[in-house]
Amino acid sequence: MNALLHQILSGLATGGIYASVALALVMIHQATHLVNFAQGEMAMFSTYIAWALIEGGMPYWDAFALTILISFLGGIVIERVVIRPMANAPVLASVIVFIGLLVILNSVAGWIFTYTVKSFPSPFPAEPLWNNSYISTHELGAIGVTLVVLALLFIFFRFTLLGLAMRAAAENPVSSRLVGIRVGWMLALGWGLAAAIGAVAGMMVAPIVFLDPNMMSGILLYGFAAALLGGIDNPAGAVLGGFIVGVLENVVGAYLIGTELKLTVALVVIVGVLTLKPSGLFGRVLVSRV
Amino acid sequence: MTKRWYRAPAAALVIAAVAATPALAQKKYGPGVTDTEIKIGQTNPYSGNASSYASNGRTEAAYFRMINDQGGINGRKINFISLDDGYSPPKTVEQIRKLVEQENVLLVYAPLGTPPNTAIHQYMNAKKVPQLFVATGATKWGDPKHFPWTMGWQPSYQTEARIYAKYLLESKPDAKVAILYQNDDYGKDYVKGFKDGLGDKAAKMIVAEASYESTDPTVDSQIVTLKSSGADVFFDVTIPKFAAQAIRKAYDIGWHPLHLLNNVANSVGAALKPAGLEKAVGIISTTYYKDPSDAQWHGDQDYKDWVAFMQKYNKDSDPADNNTVLAYARAFTLVQVLKQCGDDLTRENVMKQAANLKDLRVPMLLPGILINTSPTDFFPIEQMQLEKFDGKAWVLIGKVLGS
Repeated sequence: MNALLHQILSGLATGGIYASVALALVMIHQATHLVNFAQGEMAMFSTYIAWALIEGGMPYWDAFALTILISFLGGIVIERVVIRPMANAPVLASVIVFIGLLVILNSVAGWIFTYTVKSFPSPFPAEPLWNNSYISTHELGAIGVTLVVLALLFIFFRFTLLGLAMRAAAENPVSSRLVGIRVGWMLALGWGLAAAIGAVAGMMVAPIVFLDPNMMSGILLYGFAAALLGGIDNPAGAVLGGFIVGVLENVVGAYLIGTELKLTVALVVIVGVLTLKPSGLFGRVLVSRV
Repeated sequence: MTKRWYRAPAAALVIAAVAATPALAQKKYGPGVTDTEIKIGQTNPYSGNASSYASNGRTEAAYFRMINDQGGINGRKINFISLDDGYSPPKTVEQIRKLVEQENVLLVYAPLGTPPNTAIHQYMNAKKVPQLFVATGATKWGDPKHFPWTMGWQPSYQTEARIYAKYLLESKPDAKVAILYQNDDYGKDYVKGFKDGLGDKAAKMIVAEASYESTDPTVDSQIVTLKSSGADVFFDVTIPKFAAQAIRKAYDIGWHPLHLLNNVANSVGAALKPAGLEKAVGIISTTYYKDPSDAQWHGDQDYKDWVAFMQKYNKDSDPADNNTVLAYARAFTLVQVLKQCGDDLTRENVMKQAANLKDLRVPMLLPGILINTSPTDFFPIEQMQLEKFDGKAWVLIGKVLGS
């Protein structure tokens, strides 16, 4: 019983990681209706920027804020320079560009920062809360940060004019342009926000899995599973999906199928959702009239 | 380049002629050898995921530069061609074929990594080109019966695992052991060696096994599972990133077993420091070379020679990177083999001499470790010493052990 509780809590902790990455995936999907395969590497690169700033002597929270700002601008630059020329190209072309970005960011990070594993500081205390041995303070804090980001996103999209404009631009670019929304800039903004959320995710993940250029490659797959499970157009669903995948993976791996097939759980979730309920547990069913 | 086409047949003719008239056998040359040069090939991951290991190739190139500056081997300079394979097996095959078929190297020395070496294993043996002192610890490189042209160098994973088993049987015969291993050749090699070492007690002593994939984000769940098995010994077969996670998680959830950490992950900088040094106190591992960060060697002549070499020839590599030590010692071993060959520099004789090393002391290996090979023993280093982490550095314990 004790062990089961342990597995569930440890699953919630890793689920928090998947949730934060899933959130960034949902963000970019909201803005562009595409799934960005380079999301993980962008987050990893942002984390290296934060690491470099902290190593350079900057206090944690200053580095945290500055990294988010740099990532936001970086996301916009990527959209303007790399993605925009592909605006009218087929979806497959965009996917290739995403994969290209993935490889480039990974190699550049390795080249600049080397492939040696680095430890990344946590802003939270090292001692576990209430002296428990189930979940570390950082893991709890990371879950909290993910939930805060989720709340901010909700407020932004639901209650601000800019959020409304962004949703409109993704939903119906032509009509949006007619009512005076600058659709191109909305897309760029979406990329910027996704990169910023990715940066937060990376900085929360790195203290747990340690920082190296391949830090995100495994996590991204679980992030996809989480986002699809919760519904790729629903931020809250994606976060919940993250927790579900994390706990499911641990419990199923520990008690049912053994650790060798843990990764398979994520893949089964992806395939299962896509075949049985493509909109995910909490996503809206998209009906387009032809 | 233009004259190269006739070289291989010409060399073959020379060999045939010399073989027919042994009385004239003063100098025998295989491909890639002249009166002034020995051509040696290699692949290393100078790009890609495993490029942190590229310091091996760089150090070896630097070592051969030093040998050439000292006049070479029996008057011949080493022409060392080290190509990038990005740790990608298909690329390794392509580069090795280039080295063997276009560059006509005498031998291929220390290609890096288990997957790249596996990819060329058959090819090298079919072509009868020495694949010498490969830079990986898999046990399969020591199989002279089936692969007489391939030889490892470092202690094999199974050798190391048997040393832990022996240690347990002596010091903690009633131990309950939990194993965490990477689910691939490397991880399974260790587990096999460990079980072989425990013998018929293995079934009773090993109470839990868990594996992980190198793509997993964390091994936290596995550590929780292993803890709940009630084990009091933890045999940790992981690469540095997961070793750091395992050390931290075990500590955080209050599991304090006797922690046996494989040599692959015993780097203080890459594994113990990220985990937190205070969480790593008491961990036991093994080693076979002198760690340059360990002050006890600083008065040692080996260490002084190595420092001089690093400063003069290998300035670009990080001296804190232990690969520079291993590559230095490995390159010394190759030079010894080539010296033993004398003027008979054929591929056959290279393998014969590589399998004829007797009590060879290699600089920077621990005192007491000697290299011995024979036509039936293709495992050059078979001794290691246990060490314990005291919170700052590894402290050697006991004496050098064979498996």
